[in-house]
Amino acid sequence: MCLAIPTRVIEVHNEFEAIVELAGVRKLVSIALVENVQVGDFVILHVGHALTKLDPDEARKTLQLMAEAGLAVDPTTA
Amino acid sequence: MKFVDEFRDGALAQGIARAIHAEAQPHRRYAFMEFCGGHTHAIARYGIPDLLPAHVRMIHGPGCPVCVLPIGRIDLAIYLAVKRGVILCTYGDTLRVPASDGLSLLRAKAQGGDIRMIYSPEDALRIARDNPKREVVLFAIGFETTTPPTAVALMGAEREGLDNFSVLCCHVLTPAAIAHILDSPEVRDLGLVSLDGFIGPAHVSTIIGSQPYEFFAEEYRKPVVIAGFEPLDVMQAILMLVRQVNAGRFAVENEFTRAVSRAGNRRAQALVVECFELRKHFEWRGLGEVPYSALKIRERFARFDAEARFDLAYQPAPDHKACACGAILRGVKQPIDCTLFGTICTPDTPMGSCMVSSEGACAAHYTYGRHRSPA
Ligand code: SF4
Repeated sequence: MCLAIPTRVIEVHNEFEAIVELAGVRKLVSIALVENVQVGDFVILHVGHALTKLDPDEARKTLQLMAEAGLAVDPTTA
Repeated sequence: MKFVDEFRDGALAQGIARAIHAEAQPHRRYAFMEFCGGHTHAIARYGIPDLLPAHVRMIHGPGCPVCVLPIGRIDLAIYLAVKRGVILCTYGDTLRVPASDGLSLLRAKAQGGDIRMIYSPEDALRIARDNPKREVVLFAIGFETTTPPTAVALMGAEREGLDNFSVLCCHVLTPAAIAHILDSPEVRDLGLVSLDGFIGPAHVSTIIGSQPYEFFAEEYRKPVVIAGFEPLDVMQAILMLVRQVNAGRFAVENEFTRAVSRAGNRRAQALVVECFELRKHFEWRGLGEVPYSALKIRERFARFDAEARFDLAYQPAPDHKACACGAILRGVKQPIDCTLFGTICTPDTPMGSCMVSSEGACAAHYTYGRHRSPA
């Protein structure tokens, strides 16, 4: 039940409710726990609640670090 | 950026695997515990042990909320449904967990208990609104991720004056369980499990932040790396742990910066504090009594507290004698060490809770890892 998922916000109704979309399915969810949710944000959805927003800049930085980890090693020797 | 596919990229995974192979020192053994069931699931599903050198080993921790729910708590839920005639609302994962007298919530339902599977605490509120003449109880389980949603439901019930709604609160705290494992004699004195570091929970940490783990890093001199639930996140976290061990460091590092900050989700924390307080004692399946490891509902919401409302008294109940869940949750045993594993105990006929949820060590191992590795 920890298998929460990133979903994209496509409508914000008010401070408490938003519509998210995942793989073409739209769902009404609670955003009561997260401040300042905007259309286009990605949120982690868990038991019908957004738990937090996902930060695209941080995501890119992490992917960059992962790529660098692999590049630092010569694939022919490892 | 979709935040999913990017973090499952096979070429990147190979790259990180190469780095782990290159940096893990051959004369050392590395044992890391992933606390969280979400990580256990990802490790099994993506075959991560196959990508690691033999001397880098992952040990499953107790972070599957269904696995640590003690039988006595499920017995209370069954009692409410069967003997007190309430509508019991529960997350799907708990339905098949074996309870006392050969029962489970699913069997109690087949015997006429009004037990309904919900997806969100809001579903339970709606059921209470739709059935004003019935008592409706939310069987609230889980770690810090499900607690704030339960708090939102409690506040909603208070606001609406929803007098037929109450909560059977079984919420537990991650840091308390980590401390309990590190303090357990197996780890501390016997040295049966050597733990060189932890992968810290993903979603729990979005709520509590990375700060609560700083104590462990300091006190127990163990590195902690908070990681997301995608396979690359886990691989990267393992690399970061290997680097800390090599350097003799024990810090809290955050691989999951796209979702986790040091302070966490303050709004959610404030709601939790408003609704809940610490319990002195709580029994965890497999770990036994862990002090100050769970939450109870505050006095202000007493009328929504099922324990007070139905005058419930907790009765501990023993596990199946041969079930090794307890030792597995502490990292002392592996699923295949259990004599029931895969023969008598399977996901279709679970004997213990670790076989029920897909995040449980036994279920994850049965589904994805059984023919793969000896560990
Ligand atoms: S295989 Fe079944 S009985 Fe054995 S430890 Fe796992 S859950 Fe318990």
